[in-house]
Amino acid sequence: MALGLFSVLLFIGFWYFATKYRWSMYIRFGNIPSPVDVFNEAMTLGKNADFYNNMVVSMRRILLGFGIATFAGVGLGLLIGRYRLMHNLFFPVMEMLRPIPAIAWVPISIMLWPTNESSIVFITFIGSFFPILLNTVEGVFSLDKVLVRAARSLGASEFALLKDVILPGALPHIFTGLAVGMGVAWVSLIAAEMISGQFGIGYFTWEAYSLIQYADIVIGMIVIGVLGLACSGAIRLLGRLVMPWISPNDGRS
Amino acid sequence: MSSNEAVTKAVAEKGRIQIDDLQVTFGQNGNQVDAVSGVSIHIEPGEFVSIVGPSGCGKSTLLNAVAGFVKPSGGTLLLDGKAIKGPGADRGMVFQQYSLFPWMSVRKNVEFGLKMQRMASGQRESAARTLLGLAGLLAFENHYPDQLSGGMRQRVGIVRALATSPQVLLMDEPFGALDAQTRVVMQEILTNMWQRFRISVLFITHDIDESIFLSDRVYVMTARPGKIKAEIAIPLPRPRLPEMSTSAEFLKIREQLHALIREESLKAMGGELKEGGLSGFGIEVGPEGVGELV
Repeated sequence: MALGLFSVLLFIGFWYFATKYRWSMYIRFGNIPSPVDVFNEAMTLGKNADFYNNMVVSMRRILLGFGIATFAGVGLGLLIGRYRLMHNLFFPVMEMLRPIPAIAWVPISIMLWPTNESSIVFITFIGSFFPILLNTVEGVFSLDKVLVRAARSLGASEFALLKDVILPGALPHIFTGLAVGMGVAWVSLIAAEMISGQFGIGYFTWEAYSLIQYADIVIGMIVIGVLGLACSGAIRLLGRLVMPWISPNDGRS
Repeated sequence: MSSNEAVTKAVAEKGRIQIDDLQVTFGQNGNQVDAVSGVSIHIEPGEFVSIVGPSGCGKSTLLNAVAGFVKPSGGTLLLDGKAIKGPGADRGMVFQQYSLFPWMSVRKNVEFGLKMQRMASGQRESAARTLLGLAGLLAFENHYPDQLSGGMRQRVGIVRALATSPQVLLMDEPFGALDAQTRVVMQEILTNMWQRFRISVLFITHDIDESIFLSDRVYVMTARPGKIKAEIAIPLPRPRLPEMSTSAEFLKIREQLHALIREESLKAMGGELKEGGLSGFGIEVGPEGVGELV
């Protein structure tokens, strides 16, 4: 704890002196705003409604893109994991599209979707969809088959099997997928907003660069970090709530 | 309680299993293995029947066929005169591996079969609690399976299988993973439950003492392809007490069963040696690994 605090202070101290004396070796601190600049600018921005609006817009895009990816990824993942036919039908396409990073979809997405907003949501969706899908499939595959048999011998219908056995059984893997997916969703969102956005915290950050409001860049970065962290934390909390049978001390830290 | 007794009485009239000339073959053309061949077993309502045999003899396959997990390639399988077409709640199943749903509490596990029958949740809960009480597990109703010992998990597994009032209980080496002491206790608990519910039991085991202690009749299966080698009645009086395992009668049956199985084990090993070591493993995995059909 103390050591962690020390390293944070060391980092801020380095930042402060590097910008104060405008260090310039190979990397140049000449235009980098100092922690003091950033703090002062934050105080001003804090009273600016547009700034909050940018956060709201980004969060809405995340919720939409990630939300759709969750439903589509988990739903399709359960079917692909459960039915050989679905696996043979869909898996090759998924394997083909998976290695393409979400950012590479940006130009196509702009052409594909009628509004900027929908194309950004799409990029966010693409980024989080594959980790969620693949982890769900993996979750179904790794489910102990004896549980499926037990459910069958207790009279479970195919639908009940999916809902009451395969879905909950795959939940630990699904939540791994959600955590990874959330991270990728933010990466994709920020890139999409920087390239094609109007509003949003990624747009704000890039615009600050264009408008030479350098302190705002750092504020944008910090906000992105904090929002991303909050979203990951929310996923982890949700995971703990819906999987009470997994004791926290044998799960991931 | 009185309605419960009425139910158990009605159940006692049912649960007749007729297996005739059963044939189970795994694999595709050219690479076929007969796991079970020409097996005929009849189980009367309320009867406790065990099947013993060397490992890999197809006794689990036989049970899985009765459970509806494995499609027979020939012969007939009847439960109370009706053909068995797939798994169902009329046959309670207890597995060797732990098969409780880890995400459900003990009580929810027991309620699962009733939920599948669309019983109202209040009724479900009281039915599950009654059964858990009988098994001495009521204090653990809100525990998750991971918080229980192996013996307790299997007890919950038995209770869960009984909850839907099945006509038969199919048990696939249910105590195989337990230590010797727990095993003995579990056998007594099972006997008590069986006598209370008066349902038929088809019990797979490789433990000869266990089969004698529990059963009315014991079938011995041959090495692959699994056929019935012998049928032995166990005339020991009930209730069976642990002391009986040193009685002359018990020891005589035990001797007899040992001799029968030793013969088959040697045959099985001889076969493996002739065919080369690896084939033995292939057969172990093949017939039991039938996840595809589920």
